[in-house]
Amino acid sequence: MDNGNNVLLDIKNLRTQFFTEGGVVHAVDGINFSVRRGEVVGLVGESGCGKSVTSLSIMRLIAQPGRIVEGQIIFDNEDLVALPESRMVNIRGNRVSMIFQQPQSSLNPVFRVGDQLSEVLQIHQDVGKEVGERRAIELLTMVGVPDPESRIKAFPHELSGGMAQRVMIAMALACVPELLIADEPTTALDVTIQAQILDLMRNLRTKMDTAIILITHDLGVVAEMCDWVNVMYAGRIVEQAPVVELFKTPKHPYTVALIGSTPILGHADKPLTTIPGSVPNLVDLPTGCKFWPRCTARIQHNLEICDKEEPALKTIAPNHTVRCWLYE
Amino acid sequence: MDQPNETVLRARNLRLYFQTRRGPVQAVDGVDFDLRKNEATVIIGESGCGKSSLAKAILRLLPRNAGTYDGEVWLHDQNIMLLNDESFRKEIRWRRISMVPQAAMNALNPVMRIGDQVSEPAIVHMNMTKEDATKSAVRMLEHVGVPIDFLHRYAFELSGGMRQRSALAMALVTLPDVVILDEPTSALDVLTQASIMNLMKRMKKELETSFILITHDIATSSELADNVAVMYAGQIVEVGDARRFFTKPLHPYSHALMASVPRLRETIEPEFITGQPPSLLNPPTGCRFKDRCPKRFDKCDEAPPMFIEEGDRQVRCWLYDDAIQMSRPEYQVVA
Repeated sequence: MDNGNNVLLDIKNLRTQFFTEGGVVHAVDGINFSVRRGEVVGLVGESGCGKSVTSLSIMRLIAQPGRIVEGQIIFDNEDLVALPESRMVNIRGNRVSMIFQQPQSSLNPVFRVGDQLSEVLQIHQDVGKEVGERRAIELLTMVGVPDPESRIKAFPHELSGGMAQRVMIAMALACVPELLIADEPTTALDVTIQAQILDLMRNLRTKMDTAIILITHDLGVVAEMCDWVNVMYAGRIVEQAPVVELFKTPKHPYTVALIGSTPILGHADKPLTTIPGSVPNLVDLPTGCKFWPRCTARIQHNLEICDKEEPALKTIAPNHTVRCWLYE
Repeated sequence: MDQPNETVLRARNLRLYFQTRRGPVQAVDGVDFDLRKNEATVIIGESGCGKSSLAKAILRLLPRNAGTYDGEVWLHDQNIMLLNDESFRKEIRWRRISMVPQAAMNALNPVMRIGDQVSEPAIVHMNMTKEDATKSAVRMLEHVGVPIDFLHRYAFELSGGMRQRSALAMALVTLPDVVILDEPTSALDVLTQASIMNLMKRMKKELETSFILITHDIATSSELADNVAVMYAGQIVEVGDARRFFTKPLHPYSHALMASVPRLRETIEPEFITGQPPSLLNPPTGCRFKDRCPKRFDKCDEAPPMFIEEGDRQVRCWLYDDAIQMSRPEYQVVA
């Protein structure tokens, strides 16, 4: 890839596993990708493919019985995996922050939103209570919360879904992070509110050069927001490409199906593509390619290798890699 | 063009208000719409526009604080609003109009086996024997693609998609005339969503049922829709043929709604509507969308009636008033 100075985050061979009674869950199984400043990188895939665990790993928020077992997360020349927790707290919520799924359950129900917002500033920027409150009002104004002076006194349950999401975003932006991880930031919202939130994130990127990792299964949102896309399946990246190229010439059979499953306005004549079966059990993964039990391309092309040996990520065009035997 | 299908359900001036301490909430405020046999009418709008309340008003599933509840709902040639609650429950609900509630996958009874749950409506509403009901349930579960050995399982043992299918089977087991689907795919993964949409398309083809689909997911709704009704602040602001709606929405609100849908294969920057939908406690006078409308003009302070456009499309916006289009060319609708 091109000039290395701009790389803000570089994930190398990350493996995160959960040691459960039922066995070891290979939630993230050796992924590599990087994010440059001011770039929006998408992580897409079905529920349970490891998208959220990847983001929690970057935030170092993997709880017991989970653990990052291998790999490096280089953030601005520092390996977050090796960093002591005492230094990680200075990065988390400050230089790297996250918007979680389900805002209503991520906010603390017994604190007023203004206090939750100014807490971030008090901790990371060492401001007093009054300044914190003033900044909280500014932040709420910035994310488009009407009447912010009275909203800072509201409790989370008094906010609608869209409002709560904006408070979450305001909180994530409080310290002007260099990297923002947005985990399904608009899934629970109306299209109109979604459009507002996406616009807000776009502004942030152009005005403050914030890099964004966007996790979603809404490919429309990906097409609109991202520069790069990583398609994940069973804890692995199966395809990596610039967004336009990915939608124009998807290579991996899984990516092809994902794109085919998205309805297009006004083209309802043919059935949507679906994939039989469901994501594999991450404790007991199939041998070979993890997608073979659901793959129709394997049958069409009569490939015998798929269930025996796992394909490697192969570069098939500049900046476009895919993990599939079809392209070997 | 062949003959249009007969009308199954017709709502006229349907109103449902809720009593609150701060005053009446006008959740459904004078709604008219038609549903034809074996067709699907999609009702789209933002959260809080009254979509789900409309479903409740049609099925008469009223919460305790329901206040004003009037208007007409014609099922074929019977005004079912005139029935008393007991006959409504016996003759209409589930037997002729059924529903897949919002978050249906979590609406299943956790302590009842799937087979028993799906057959229950047939026992209660169709007076079937347990055996016959189980047979119908099995048939319907097969129809919607739930494996037969799931009959003895509990909801928590099923995936989201399978639970959604079971809820659909439960709504279809009595072979009703109309099924109301409230956000049937909103909590599901794209791939599961795609297979549920395909299933509903197939159900519509195979059974002679009509569907009312309530959703805020416009792209998905286009998969099933024959007609589209756009709801805003308790009222329907546009209604008409789906194909023409999706290519060229008429109302400025419909326009904004469509423009905010992210597209996969286009690079146009999506637009968005600023502000929030109004409170239904004190809806604005005049046009209810006027405060957020980019095309607002002086006439908007008066409540617009429904105007007829292109023969059979209806739109509640002064821009479509012929008198205004003639007299003020600056307000011409830009196509």
